[in-house]
Parts: sequence; structure tokens; C-alpha cells
Amino acid sequence: MKIVQKSIKFLTVLAIALCSFHGFASDSDKKNNDQNDGGIIDTKKEVEEYILHHIQDSHDFNLFSYTNDAGERKHFGFPLPVIVSTSGGIKTFMSSEFHHNDDGTYVVTKGNVKLVKLHGKIYEIEAGDEVEFVDHHPTNAHKVLDFSITKSVMGVLLVGLLLLWWFSSLARQYKKRQVPTGFGRVLEPLVIYVRDEIARPNIGEKHYRRFTGYLMTVFFFIWILNLLGLTPLGFNVTGQLAVTACLAIFTLVIYTASGNKHYWGHILWMPGVPILIRPVLAIIELAGALVIKPFSLLVRLFANISAGHIVVMSLIAIMFTLKQSLGVVGATGLSLVLSFFITLIEVLVAFLQAYIFTMLSALFIGMSVEEAHH
Amino acid sequence: MDKLLNDFSPGLFLVQTVLLLLLIFIMVKYAWKPILNSLNEREEGIQGALDAAENAKKEMQNLQSDNEKLLKEARAEREGMLKEAREIKEKMIADAKGEAQEQANKMIAQAQESIRSEKHAALAELKNQVANISVEIAEKVVRGELADKKKQLSLVDKMLEDVTLN
Repeated sequence: MKIVQKSIKFLTVLAIALCSFHGFASDSDKKNNDQNDGGIIDTKKEVEEYILHHIQDSHDFNLFSYTNDAGERKHFGFPLPVIVSTSGGIKTFMSSEFHHNDDGTYVVTKGNVKLVKLHGKIYEIEAGDEVEFVDHHPTNAHKVLDFSITKSVMGVLLVGLLLLWWFSSLARQYKKRQVPTGFGRVLEPLVIYVRDEIARPNIGEKHYRRFTGYLMTVFFFIWILNLLGLTPLGFNVTGQLAVTACLAIFTLVIYTASGNKHYWGHILWMPGVPILIRPVLAIIELAGALVIKPFSLLVRLFANISAGHIVVMSLIAIMFTLKQSLGVVGATGLSLVLSFFITLIEVLVAFLQAYIFTMLSALFIGMSVEEAHH
Repeated sequence: MDKLLNDFSPGLFLVQTVLLLLLIFIMVKYAWKPILNSLNEREEGIQGALDAAENAKKEMQNLQSDNEKLLKEARAEREGMLKEAREIKEKMIADAKGEAQEQANKMIAQAQESIRSEKHAALAELKNQVANISVEIAEKVVRGELADKKKQLSLVDKMLEDVTLN
């Protein structure tokens, strides 16, 4: 009975989703069927561009596109709100107003501000009605501060809500009973894992309680977003430099703010070495603590996830790039087998990167709150 | 590098910062704190129960060893008592025997003593009587001699016949 109820629920959700996709699809514009969303992708260069486009953040949520018999380009997905801070104040509108144009040729006019979308970024035209290019760089337009609910922001919101839903329901379960049931039984060991394998051994018994909340949030946030990136929804949130930079800076702020006398003493005036070397060491240590550590965190996560996405998509692309030399069946088979195994590895990497980020954050925090023990 | 910097979106960075801050605060308040507290409570509860069980086990062991000790003591005591009783019995028997022997010896000695004194008394009386008789005989003999010789002789014979050594 429960299964029937659940499948009905699922079907309802699916139906609603498909309806809304269709609604958006129907307003695709006939005038703009030369938008450079890649069109039909066949060649290596097109594949490369497509992958790079995917790696970027996007202003609309596009599931797939196709060209119908009448030569019209159809898009399945939905638009997302654009919020930009321009010279004429904050402007908000739906991304559908760009009509999937991404090469800066379709101008959206809001009041006295002219906006274009170019390679996933929104530019404001300073003078004239069109963007002028020199060497593919716009000369009369500048980037605006973009607070849009982009695909990545949507992913963040989605994961935030998911986490809140899962873990607050787990928290509520504990009020009624000692041992959770259902999905909570899956979540509980993960919580205990982060607490006992990451926070406790790296930070130490005395201080770990203060930082466990941050570490848990970051761990589950990164992990679920990494996994979400492997679904065909095409999120690439943890592969956005801005997101990983933000995470790394949070860790930097936390371990810098909670550093004790012992920690700063070892950074600024290293005991046990000749006095003359101490200032040199202080510079190195400061660079390590303030730049290298967060930089390694942000680059590691960003590079691993981006690379994973690029590899999986490249392997899928084998299907048409090697069609000539291997034949349709050969190329498809090879692509399926390779991308299947790489996806399996990516599932592992998704966990591993979340683990490493959290683990290193815990380690850095642990170093800064470590008590003197001489 | 240029491309990476171009891809870096300050807007997304700010949005992500705000959202992450919000997420951390909300999660800490509504999820992590209650979850960790309940987990801790539960772990402490389990640890407490385990400790209590361990203590109970120890107490049981103590009790058992106490019992055994008591039992052992009781057994030893019983044995001691039995032994003592046996000793007392033997001693009593021995004492009784000794006393009886002594008593018997005493009685025998008394009897012997009385026998001896009776004998002495009898002998003394006998001596007296013999002396008396002798004297009487002598008297009568002397008297008979004085009358007739024949008569005297017969008198002596007659007298001698009368004499009985009683």
C-alpha cells in the first residue's frame, strides 16, 4: 500500500515537472534558432566547447535541447531568475528573456540598461546598441555583479533544503525514540562517522564539539553536491571556483579566528630555532597558514570535480567522435563501458573529496586549537 | 589561468557565502546540536548501562565468593565442632574409665584392708580363747590329779574331747 502511495506521489511530481518543462519549451523563439547552444554536436571541437560550457555555471536550467523537423531549436528545462547589479540599479528578470542566446548578440533592455549574455556571463553595454568584439573580447561592455539564482545557486539551495529536511527530521526522531528508524538509520552512522573519524581525532577531545557543526555541514554539503553533479541534471556546483573558494575561506576564517597562543607563537616566533631564522620562518608560516592551506583546499576540490565531469563527458563523447573509426556499435559500446567505470570511480571521488576537504579542515582547525604539550 | 579567473564569479561567491552561512547556522541550530546531544546522551546511557551491568557482575562475584567463604567457614566450624565433640566424648570415656578403675582399686584396697583387719581380729580372739582353754584345762587337770589318778586321766581325756577348736 505504501509503495503504491509513493509511486503515485512520484508520478504526480514527474507529471508536474514535465508539464512545466513543456510550458517553457513552447516559448522557445523561432526568430532565434541560431543561438549558439551548440546545436547538434558532432565534431571534437564542438564536444570540447559543449563540455566547457557545461563546466560553467548557467543562467537557466536546461535538461536537453533538440532541433525538430521544422528546423526549430527546442529546449527542455526552465528559466531561472537573473538578479544583476547594474549602473542603473538592481535589475531582476527571468533568464528566458535572453532566449538561450549566449554569444552577446541578443540585447535585453531594462530601463536605460542594455544587457547581454556572453559565455554564461552577463555584460552591460556601455555605449551603442550592440556589443563590439575585438579578438572575441567585448570592448564596449563590462561584466556586472551577478547575484542571479543560477543553476549552481539552485543546486546550493536544493542541497541546503535537502540537508535541512533530512537532518532536522533525524533530530526530531530523537525526541521520540533513542534509535532512529527509516532513512534516519542511514544518516545516523554518517553523522557518527564524521564526528568520530574526522572531527574527534583531528581536533581533539576537548574542542571538537565547537567545530563539529561546521564540519558536518561542509561534509554533507560537498558530498551531496558532488553526487548531484553525477546525475544527468548536470549540476557542477563543487566545480565552481567561487563555491570552493567560499568553502576554503570559511575554513580559513574558522581556524584563524580560533587559533590560540600556542598556534600563533609557532607561526610568528618559532621556538627552538636560531633567532635570525625566526622572521624568515614567520613569513613562510604565515604564507602557509593564510594562502597555501586554503588555496590547496579550494583548488583540490575544484580540480577534482571539474576533471571528473570533463572525463565522464569526454568518454560519453567517444560515442560520436570515434564513430568513424570504430563504427556506431563499437564506439557506443566502448563509450558505455568506459563511462560506466569512470562514473563508478567518480562516485568514490565524490565521497573522497568531501572527506578530504572536511578532514583537512578538521586538521587545520586541530592545529590551531592544539594545546602546548612540552 | 585567465579563463579560470574569467570563470570566477564574484556574485556567485557572495551568494554562496550568504547561503553557506545561513545553512551552517540553521543546520547547527535545528539539526547538528539536537542530533549530537541525543547521540551523546544515548552513548552515555549505554555506557552507564554497561558500567552498571559490570558493577552488578562484580557484586555478584563478590557475593558468590562471600557465600563460598561463609560456606567454607561454616563447614570448618562444623568440622571443628564435631572434632571437639569427639574429643570430649573420648575424654569423658577415658575419664570415666580412670575414675571407675580408681574407684574399683579403692574398693578392692578397702576390702583387702577390712579382710586383713578381720583376720587379725579373728586370730587375736582365737589366741585368747586358746589361752583361756589352755588355762581351764590346766585348772581341771590340776584338780583331777588331786583326786584319783584314774579319774584324772579320764577327766583329761574327756576334757580333751570337749575341746573343740571352734
